[in-house]
Amino acid sequence: MKQVQLAIIGGGPAGLAAAIAARENGVEDILIIERDKELGGILNQCIHAGFGLHTFGQELTGPEYASRFIEQVEQMHIPYLLRTMVLDLSPERVLTVTGPETGLAQIRAQAVILAMGCRERPRGALNIPGYRPAGIYSAGTAQRLVNMEGFMPGKNVVILGSGDIGLIMARRMTLEGARVHAVAEVLPYSGGLKRNIVQCLEDFDIPLYLSTTVVDIHGRERLEGVTLAQVDEKRKPIPGTERYIPCDTLLLSVGLLPENELSSAAGVKLSGITGGPEVTDRLATSLPGVFACGNVLHVHDLVDFVSQEAKKAGRNAALYLKCSRNSAELVRLEGKNGVRYTVPQYIDPESMDDTVTVRFRVGQPYRDAALCAWVDGTLLRRISKRILTPGEMEQFPLRREELPAGCRNITFTVEEVAK
Amino acid sequence: MTQRQLICIGCPMGCQLTATMENGAVTAVAGNTCKRGDSYARKECVAPVRTVTGTVRCTGGTAPVVSVRTAGEVPKEKVFSVAHALNTTLVKLPVSAGDVVIADVCGTGVDVVATKNAK
Amino acid sequence: MIYDAIVIGGGAVGCAAARELSRYDLRIALCEKGEDVCVGTSKANSAIVHAGFDAMPGTNKARFNVLGSRMMEKLSRELDFSYRRNGALVLCFDEKAMPILEELLRRGIANGVEGLRIVAGEELHRLEPALSPAAVAALYAPTSAIVCPFGMTIALAENAAANGAEFFFYSRVTAICRRDGLYEVTAGGRVLKARTVVNAAGVYSDEIHNLVCGDKLTIQPRSGEYCLLDKRDGQLVDRTIFQLPGKLGKGVLVTPTVHGNLLIGPTATDQADKEATNTTAEGLDYAAKMAGLSVPDLPMRDTITSFCGVRAHLVGGSDDFVVGESADGFFDAAGIESPGLSSAPAIGVYLAELIAGKLGAAEKKDFAATRRDIPHLRELPLEERQALVRENPAYGNIICRCEQISEGEIVDAIHRVPGAKSLDGVKRRVRAGMGRCQGGFCSPRVMDILSRELNRPQTELTKSGGESKLLTGYTKEVQA
Repeated sequence: MKQVQLAIIGGGPAGLAAAIAARENGVEDILIIERDKELGGILNQCIHAGFGLHTFGQELTGPEYASRFIEQVEQMHIPYLLRTMVLDLSPERVLTVTGPETGLAQIRAQAVILAMGCRERPRGALNIPGYRPAGIYSAGTAQRLVNMEGFMPGKNVVILGSGDIGLIMARRMTLEGARVHAVAEVLPYSGGLKRNIVQCLEDFDIPLYLSTTVVDIHGRERLEGVTLAQVDEKRKPIPGTERYIPCDTLLLSVGLLPENELSSAAGVKLSGITGGPEVTDRLATSLPGVFACGNVLHVHDLVDFVSQEAKKAGRNAALYLKCSRNSAELVRLEGKNGVRYTVPQYIDPESMDDTVTVRFRVGQPYRDAALCAWVDGTLLRRISKRILTPGEMEQFPLRREELPAGCRNITFTVEEVAK
Repeated sequence: MTQRQLICIGCPMGCQLTATMENGAVTAVAGNTCKRGDSYARKECVAPVRTVTGTVRCTGGTAPVVSVRTAGEVPKEKVFSVAHALNTTLVKLPVSAGDVVIADVCGTGVDVVATKNAK
Repeated sequence: MIYDAIVIGGGAVGCAAARELSRYDLRIALCEKGEDVCVGTSKANSAIVHAGFDAMPGTNKARFNVLGSRMMEKLSRELDFSYRRNGALVLCFDEKAMPILEELLRRGIANGVEGLRIVAGEELHRLEPALSPAAVAALYAPTSAIVCPFGMTIALAENAAANGAEFFFYSRVTAICRRDGLYEVTAGGRVLKARTVVNAAGVYSDEIHNLVCGDKLTIQPRSGEYCLLDKRDGQLVDRTIFQLPGKLGKGVLVTPTVHGNLLIGPTATDQADKEATNTTAEGLDYAAKMAGLSVPDLPMRDTITSFCGVRAHLVGGSDDFVVGESADGFFDAAGIESPGLSSAPAIGVYLAELIAGKLGAAEKKDFAATRRDIPHLRELPLEERQALVRENPAYGNIICRCEQISEGEIVDAIHRVPGAKSLDGVKRRVRAGMGRCQGGFCSPRVMDILSRELNRPQTELTKSGGESKLLTGYTKEVQA
């Protein structure tokens, strides 16, 4: 059986940054396993600008951002396999892979970094009633067809979901000559960036209907139209508010799910909230020698943070390969009162970096609020926030020096400031 | 004197801005909660610009299209003209990221460049 | 060209009839209005091989169901489709309803169903720990089974084709005339002549029957909505869980599928339209609510898709299948609602024997009774899988990541006869796009393969034939 020191599953932004960091930290024997025909992952189809402001101080397109990392991987001669899919990961870190170079083979890795990314939530997950005609695509599938393959999925478009992918596709379809009739969002607010709402919708007079969803799909063969309706606070459609919009295409941008089939089959403990592995501040999962970073861990909105997180995973995998120490008593991190989850879910106060950035999302929008960290029930620190929205990942730097010895639990909450 | 409403894109706050214009110049901005709102409104009302990204059709290789961008920002009112230029240009492969695909697109003085290697 | 038999309808019954007819020295044609076999009721149902306790003794439903149930395991081995005898429980929630359960037991015994017994209390909940505590007893039918309805129908069709049956798609039958002792069947614009006709037209079997016969049939389309849950929930119950039957059918069931998902449904709503395959919010809510009575706390948020099938319910008759020679040389398999999938193989055998007898046809010496399915790579042991990949590297190129379906399997599906011509055709044959992302990832890649293998531009490809084009064209006004 082929052996490697470090196998990285996924050659998107997370896998690339992790590989570079692992090499920089002395790991010689790395293998990136990518299932597509090129490195770069989803960035290859994200041809719009806006990537890398934090990392490079300029707004790159997805392919440009990816290429900066791909070039580094090439320069460092880090080996990678393309068109190669990991079918199985065992708890002993044996990977079953299939691809043109390997055939169907097994590889034993001393350490593994999970960097498989996420996938889109399909129509079925929303249980939208109606027919099942052609012309219903997840926004990302349409993005691939349009941006990489040069096909038009349709000409008259309704988009359900106002996350950034939905907004970006509204602009893309418009510039390619389609008419986008509406973007419907079931929530009373959009999860997308303000900038995208202005530059992808308002620039083109595309209406955004909030608290609105698709309640019926018409057309037996090709989509002929959708019925939109307003929803109440419980997201239930309000009778009498239905409106029919003729269209041949419905794009769904209704959420992303970390892709953890491999992790879960291997026995990695997953968080019920993020859908990704539970990790320590070293991004170590519950399986020894298995690390996770990027969207497989939790869905990010900025690729810069994916790269940062992945670098950390690469560095920690390198440390693990040098001396796999058993973790001491871990401190549990939790989100409460508006903080939905935290990543990491655990920290090791003994070995933690001087500062660990705890990332999370809030459950609803807040104005003039504060993020609070509580150590075993005592307030550690409060960070004032003029605005918090579920669409933006928040971060809370936790400093090693401020943690009292013997602490067991750190809780993060949103504190609303009374008006 | 006219007033224009716009949403600030500087941060998730999305402040509702009101710009007061006189003779094509912004004389006052209200509704902003920081100075980013002020400068955004002044620029957006007088000379709004956008980066246009898209693809162009390829020939002579395997890639059906290659992704491109304007190397800088172009006036907002030129966005559709630029899109049209992208939709009617044929590029011969191979191209490398950074190669100029359309020089001085629509007389903006800005080039359209490839953002990816394609062959 | 004169056919000995024309089968109208490429569903489970039509394909079973064609396959059984192909045992004999007969020229057979099958006319299907859709682009593929298994595109009507056969593709959207509970996927159950019922034990046969439900129908009234002496009816066609009882007879063909029990026969079909007995045939199915052997057939699944001969034709290599997924089948598992998982057993079924019909739940009773009220001591007062016990007589109904006992009546069902007696009916089952009268129908010849083997192994039936009533289980109660602790034993019931030990069998299926996820059941509602409100379930007091159940009829246990160990011979009940689950099957892949696509797999079965396609296997029957392929085997019929391998034995000489011809398939005509996009061939809706619009007229049937009797002339010179032959039937002239107008199908999709062409006229086919045949000595006999089999009406296996599903929800349209009334219309086909009425083209020929004096006594008229009327089908009341009855829709049934379902939710399919993720494979992570497929272990929730091992057996198929029914509730005591109601007036419109067997009620809402909860069952694992042969592929390891969990299926709940169906509703039963009479429709004016035979193509009313649209799901509704009320229907899906109702299915979830009723299923929740059997198995509480169903993880409905794990739903990966919902769908709706239309059953062919005959009205004004004896609430039974119409199977047999309704006019000279015209054979009906009409009103085949539940337990139609279970009964299909037996109906096929019965009709083929009648027709062969009538035409005096002998069995072929070279009849190929077996058919191998496209290999299910992910289910094979590593070494076997490796050997296949070495032989054909396309088996190592994974296209559908959720179900781990390879390029090789998809290419096979396209080149089988009858083969896949659309995304749904591929999906029904090899499950690409059937997983939890529902084709989000693999659709463009499957389209690419379809285009290459069928030598058709992607812009002409469809989701499911007809006007269901996937793309409206190319981006850009210039083309290379």
